[in-house]
Amino acid sequence: MEQIIIQTVNGLVNGMILALVASGLTLIFGIMDVVNFAHGDLVMLGAFVGATTVATTGSFWIALVVAVLTIAIFGALLQVTTLRPLLGRDPLTTILATFGMSLVLQKYAIWQWGPTARAIREPISGQFTLFYLQYPWYRLGAALFAGLIIGALYLFLRRATFGVWIRASMQDRLMAQAMGIPVPLVHAVVFAIGAGMAASSGVLFGPLAGVTHNMGFDFTLRAFIVVVVGGMGNLGGSILAAIFISLLEAYASLIVTPAQAVIVSFVVLILTLLFRPTGLFVPTPK
Amino acid sequence: MILRLDNVHTYYGKSHILHGVTLEVGPGEVVGLLGRNGVGKSTTLKSVMGLVRPAEGGVTFEGKSITGTPPHRVARLGVAWVPEDRRVFRLLTVLENLRTGLDRAGVDEARKRRLLDRAFTYFPRLGERKHQLGGTLSGGEQQMLAIARAMMLEPKIILLDEPTEGLMPRMVTEIRQIIDALHREGVAILLVEQNVPLTLDASNRVYIMEKGVIRHQAPAADLRQNMSVVHEYLGV
Repeated sequence: MEQIIIQTVNGLVNGMILALVASGLTLIFGIMDVVNFAHGDLVMLGAFVGATTVATTGSFWIALVVAVLTIAIFGALLQVTTLRPLLGRDPLTTILATFGMSLVLQKYAIWQWGPTARAIREPISGQFTLFYLQYPWYRLGAALFAGLIIGALYLFLRRATFGVWIRASMQDRLMAQAMGIPVPLVHAVVFAIGAGMAASSGVLFGPLAGVTHNMGFDFTLRAFIVVVVGGMGNLGGSILAAIFISLLEAYASLIVTPAQAVIVSFVVLILTLLFRPTGLFVPTPK
Repeated sequence: MILRLDNVHTYYGKSHILHGVTLEVGPGEVVGLLGRNGVGKSTTLKSVMGLVRPAEGGVTFEGKSITGTPPHRVARLGVAWVPEDRRVFRLLTVLENLRTGLDRAGVDEARKRRLLDRAFTYFPRLGERKHQLGGTLSGGEQQMLAIARAMMLEPKIILLDEPTEGLMPRMVTEIRQIIDALHREGVAILLVEQNVPLTLDASNRVYIMEKGVIRHQAPAADLRQNMSVVHEYLGV
């Protein structure tokens, strides 16, 4: 029982950070039909920029802001230079392009920061007792913060003019343009938002597991599973799916080793594709 | 002339749709564009909007060339498009649908209020369903929303593509009244229709199109007197 509660907390914490990555990925897919295979590498870059900034300024929060802004601008540049020319082409071309970006970014990270792992010191120290465990407050703080960022995104999409533009462009690119919405700008901004969110999860996740040049792939893979299970382009579905899958993995690791627990995610992915290809949390599949 | 198409050729991939369309619309004029299915009426409107790029020929709006101008710029210049399949944003509320045209630079809150009030006066039903999703509206209501949305751009010309298609007679009358109201406000309209009586009735001038070219043009009053040309090209 105690173990189940501990794993529930773990699952929720991991789920919130994963949701942060996946919501950016699903937003980008929803609006541009691009599966961004470099998304996890934006997490990694964000984590490195964060780690470097923490090392120089000593402040985690400054590092978080710097990483988000840097990677958001970088993301917009990436979209304009690499993806905009490919818009409307065969999905395979964008898959190859983003996969190529992923490799370039990883090599850049080795070149720039070396192959050894960096650590980000957690901004909130202290622990509380959860049954027999000393559980770090930071983990809960990170989950809460991730939730706040997702909430802010949701409000932005609901209320802001630019949010309406994003949703309109998602539904009908042509009509949105004909209504005077600058769709190319909307695409660049959505990529920037997705990249910035990825960077924020990199910095938040940094203190939990360390920062390495190859941490991105795992994020891409897991976020991709989440996005498929949640319904491609469906923001709410992705968030639920991130929490659902992280909880499943957490419970599974009670029985098997954590490495084997990852298999559960793939089983869910395959079952979703087989039986509900529009997504697990979509109310009525069309 | 507010809008002028000069020898416009448009292709979809390899198929040649418009074979040199030349037509013009004066300020505040209602111009009908008649023709059978698939002769390129909708493509003509899309070519104006910049949604397809003419391979040859040019489009001028208020004396300036807009050939190759991206659609969002064309819209901001004052050209609004009401597509034949309406293309209401289904997952946006009625109000949000209107906001896509309303939230522009240089429109203050008071002017937004006025534009919305005007739309809800023309279409009271949209006012009642302000917070309902576009996709939940009936066909007629979606058509009204598509027209109201175009009006949010305060356009100088509206490209109206088969606004009465598939609507109940009562709705057709309402659309007809809206066309007249827009005409009274001085908005030019390029009206593509299959409904011949309505077009002849609502327009100042009429073009008849066949296989990607304009075959005939005449004042609507003349065609109302003598329908033989219309019969000849449309077989009605």
